[in-house]
Amino acid sequence: MASKKNININLKIWRQKNAKAKGSMETYKLDNVSTDSSFLEMLDQLNEELINKQIEPVAFDHDCREGICGMCSLYINGRAHGPDTGITTCQLHMRMFNDGDTIFVEPWRSKAFPVIKDLVVDRTSFERIQQAGGFVSVNTSGNTIDANATPVPKHDADKAFEAAACIGCGACVATCKNGSAMLFVGAKVSQYALLPQGKVEATQRVLNMVRQMDEEGFGNCTNTGACEIECPKGISLENIARMNREFLKASLK
Amino acid sequence: MKLDSKIPDGHISEKWTNHKNNLKLVAPNNRPKIDIIIVGTGLAGASAAASFAEMGYNVKAFCYQDSPRRAHSIAAQGGINAAKNYQNDGDSIYRLFYDTIKGGDYRAREANVHRLAEVSGNIIDQCVAQGVPFAREYGGMLDNRSFGGTQVQRTFYAAGQTGQQLLLGAYSALNRQIGLGRIEMYNRHEMLELVKVDGKARGIIARNLITGEIERHSAHAVIVATGGYGNVYFLSTNAMGSNVTAAWKIHRQGALFANPAYVQIHPTCIPVHGTNQSKLTLMSESLRNSGRIWVPKKKEDAEAIREGRLKPVQIAEGDRDYFLERRYPAFGNLVPRDVASRAAKERCDAGFGIEANDTNEGVYLDFSTEIQNKGKQAAYAKGNHNPSADEITTLGKKWLEEKYGNLFTMYQKITDENPYETPMKIYPAVHYTMGGVWVDYNLQSTIPGCFVAGEANFSDHGANRLGASALMQGLADGYFVLPYTVSNYLADDIRTGKISTDLPEFVEAENRVKDQINSFINNKGTKSVDHFHKRLGNIMWNKVGMGRNENGLTEAISEIAALKEEFYKNVYVPGSNDELNPELEKALRVADFIELGQLMAMDALQRKESCGGHFREEYQDSEGETLRDDVNFSFVGAWEYQGSDINKEVLHKEDLKYDFIKIAARNYK
Repeated sequence: MASKKNININLKIWRQKNAKAKGSMETYKLDNVSTDSSFLEMLDQLNEELINKQIEPVAFDHDCREGICGMCSLYINGRAHGPDTGITTCQLHMRMFNDGDTIFVEPWRSKAFPVIKDLVVDRTSFERIQQAGGFVSVNTSGNTIDANATPVPKHDADKAFEAAACIGCGACVATCKNGSAMLFVGAKVSQYALLPQGKVEATQRVLNMVRQMDEEGFGNCTNTGACEIECPKGISLENIARMNREFLKASLK
Repeated sequence: MKLDSKIPDGHISEKWTNHKNNLKLVAPNNRPKIDIIIVGTGLAGASAAASFAEMGYNVKAFCYQDSPRRAHSIAAQGGINAAKNYQNDGDSIYRLFYDTIKGGDYRAREANVHRLAEVSGNIIDQCVAQGVPFAREYGGMLDNRSFGGTQVQRTFYAAGQTGQQLLLGAYSALNRQIGLGRIEMYNRHEMLELVKVDGKARGIIARNLITGEIERHSAHAVIVATGGYGNVYFLSTNAMGSNVTAAWKIHRQGALFANPAYVQIHPTCIPVHGTNQSKLTLMSESLRNSGRIWVPKKKEDAEAIREGRLKPVQIAEGDRDYFLERRYPAFGNLVPRDVASRAAKERCDAGFGIEANDTNEGVYLDFSTEIQNKGKQAAYAKGNHNPSADEITTLGKKWLEEKYGNLFTMYQKITDENPYETPMKIYPAVHYTMGGVWVDYNLQSTIPGCFVAGEANFSDHGANRLGASALMQGLADGYFVLPYTVSNYLADDIRTGKISTDLPEFVEAENRVKDQINSFINNKGTKSVDHFHKRLGNIMWNKVGMGRNENGLTEAISEIAALKEEFYKNVYVPGSNDELNPELEKALRVADFIELGQLMAMDALQRKESCGGHFREEYQDSEGETLRDDVNFSFVGAWEYQGSDINKEVLHKEDLKYDFIKIAARNYK
């Protein structure tokens, strides 16, 4: 591969025993990190060293490690998913760092995402928003109409797909100074608003999802656009605008 | 034990319809009296959970992730097959059925596969109705593409994120039912034991991964939809948490485990970069629609590339060996996965590999021809009948970006190389497991009331799965099979009433789990769980991987048995059991992977033939193709647990009968 070399780094990592404990930043030194390693492979390497010294390893969320499950969620050097754009933490590679760097690693910081342990946070608030309206009310049956019976303009289908590409990681919330979830909710509202299948319940959907979002303690949107910049899937701010339009339309009904 | 597959009588095209007509029903007023547990929330689990809740049953669903949406179905890239024949290119239910049986190298059950093909069209209808944004053409109709092992275009897709969109569809149906209070969802919970009462599956023991609490959950039926076991190799395209534990626990409780040796090694993954690598990343098979696979014809060129003295674009067309096109002209780059993987291995073993890693294992996947073709087409479509070379290249790259943009970005982030400019480097990696828990036609395991769906069962793909068929099977099982067959089973339970979790069977199961956890926590060995997992992976990849032989397999069996002993003696699990403890979670999973690994080697050893993904080096023809032995090995090998000494497991055989398809040598030439 392109840039094979090893670097030595210093890590400042948020350690917190559990939801109730007081946390603190701890310092670790890690040598011989391959620049071809992913950020999480670097953490694996650190944990292996900690385990061999019988120190409790750092807990962090991760699963697919290919940028699609949305589970990994680290705030690195003051940025959600770290110093690269269009990627999740698991796709961040150590070639983005230099020998001798000090790297700060924190969990998502948001009132609606309480810390469970170390770098692991609770994002079930997102679940409850989806449960409030993130669906089309269609039961399973073998008798829905043929998939091609309702043509959908390619432009609408593509826009719906772009919105539906959200992975629910929460970077938008973590990076927002207001802790707003408008990009996340706007993406789901938009996906359905753009498709004929979603239009039937559009009014109830946007009202219910926004109500739940507010109840969960997410902040409001002041159009700083930070969410769009940090979103690993490039979800556009226009989805927030569309949600606002949908919400206004629904409120006036 | 006599294995009864319960395949219905009648013509293949009528079996499922007749069977459904004869299954028992549970009336709507009785369904709320019945509880169903579903473990796993991927395509199979989420779709089943939503469907049962819609019918009116009480559902409890479990996943180890922080949300059902994270299940690894999310990562499936290329597409989902359905016999819609929207492209008018000769597709039909029979063709999909035939392709799948042939693709599986005649080691799958006819009746199951035909059912799968029958319901495939309904899946697309259902998903579109849910608002799944499939790719469309300008006329508003759904778009299709081709996948390996077929000569029609029947694959529906959503860019390179089809699994994500289908899973989010099933997840939305699941969420709707959670919101309505019909599903209790248990996130960050892991099933660690099955509870049997009077021989029937009646509940599970699960660990709350945040608090460490061991919980008892009862039900009238338990559905395991926990995916495949590719992580037994440590490095695979599976998610880090994907595991065999739920499937292995029911195996230990009496469910037979079928064809464990059938593993799919996917040809197009990003090659290994170093010893700290934690997983392998797939580049979708759909790329083989547009990419051509090659290595240099001359060994000295391959060597120069590895040493960085030569770049792939500097190799002249005539000096490239497009080995799939050369060996398999009829299917070319779109041969099935097992065939493509072995061909890549053959070239690398012969010294033509191009990757500069320890093993030189890598081949090129090159898009330059496609850039030219599509660029020209795009220029013509714009009315430019005399495009310049630059215009063609720009338009061609734009076309690629629209089709595969996310994959190209993913590749660039991982490798730091731009695949629009230089060919991708790829190599085969463990991807999918065709083997799994043995189930009958109703998807019921040998434990009454314990059903297994999706990749976790063995049923539909024989010895090799075709691309874009995993999503199809997961949703077929969850939406259109289990709702019928599980109801049939539950019809006898309408008077049973709630199952008490105070029964002694629950206490015993809970104690087994607690004992295992405590023994890990108190073990205080010196080596991490990963240390053992990596060693297991090494044995598996080298001796139970793409090429297998009697010596290697025999060695693997004893090496794994020895590793198991060392693991229990010397593993170190930090922390305690009453908190979030990822190392403990891994230890519990690796314990089961070790036992499974040994069984896989035993299964590969007993199968003295080559078929699909199972390649025994002793059984190949003069051109290196698989040599099946239909006389002696046309059976499903299903293993019965006999205690912790895996060598004692007993093999049962379910003979495979082909009444509607003529068995032939699998030929893609």
